[in-house]
Amino acid sequence: MMIAKIHVTLKGSVLDPQGTTITKSLNSLGYDEVRDVRIGKYMEVKIDTTDRKIAEERVTEMCEKLLANTVIEKYEFELVEA
Amino acid sequence: MRFAVLVFPGSNCDIDAVKAVEDVLGEPVDSVWHTETDLSQYDCVIVPGGFSYGDYLRSGAVASLSPVMGAVKEHAAAGKLVIGICNGFQILTETGLLPGVLRHNDHLQFRCEISELRVENTDTAFTNDYEKGQVIRIPIAHGEGNYFADQATIDQLKANNQIVFTYHGTNPNGSIENIAGICNEQGNVLGMMPHPERAVHELLGSADGKAMFTSIFRTWGEKHGA
Repeated sequence: MMIAKIHVTLKGSVLDPQGTTITKSLNSLGYDEVRDVRIGKYMEVKIDTTDRKIAEERVTEMCEKLLANTVIEKYEFELVEA
Repeated sequence: MRFAVLVFPGSNCDIDAVKAVEDVLGEPVDSVWHTETDLSQYDCVIVPGGFSYGDYLRSGAVASLSPVMGAVKEHAAAGKLVIGICNGFQILTETGLLPGVLRHNDHLQFRCEISELRVENTDTAFTNDYEKGQVIRIPIAHGEGNYFADQATIDQLKANNQIVFTYHGTNPNGSIENIAGICNEQGNVLGMMPHPERAVHELLGSADGKAMFTSIFRTWGEKHGA
């Protein structure tokens, strides 16, 4: 078994209104050093394979087809032994 | 003329759409469950609003993979009419039948109110009973109606006259170019955030949505000599 740890985040060129709101909230808590927050999604996908290469191909496909909307989002993942 | 209104788990504007077709046109209309794979008997498919699959992952993302959406793609490829309203618009963009994506409203609030729309394109099957530039009052009810696409796509939409409705006056969600509704390049697939099916009688606050249904019926009639 392997686990794909997937991060889906907005592309850099896309404004993130949630992130902007959280930036302001952190600033108002006194964290003046906070300049920007970007909100994303984290997913763990458990995969029944031990072949890292196949897992990588399959997870890439999953991200392209469903887990990310590549019009506005980008994704990255790492594979770990479960 | 035969209409299908798709129903997904979490759809909640499907009955409104059925009633609008019945009340405005009196034409046959069926509610069609998302597991259906054959839509060949229908002339127009309405993908209604709601929260299909609880908006899990992204609004419209899970519904776009339903069996019925394969049939909707075939229906659209055959040149027949498809309308996606609100969540239906989100489903059509996720399916790839329409370009772009609907993001969270820029102010992050859910907006439920009457909005003013400008009819930008009256050469479509859905809008030929309106006047070009006509301002109509149609309700909106969404948290994720902020239309976004890259500049190349926007340029293409403009060049092909695919922007069908824009918000007039106030833009309620931050959409690019004030876009409220677009169609595909062929003009037979329309997606819009506002709800014409909720504006078919003065008692509902507006009857401005009626002309969408009469446009569709007129187009079909002209094509089929009815």
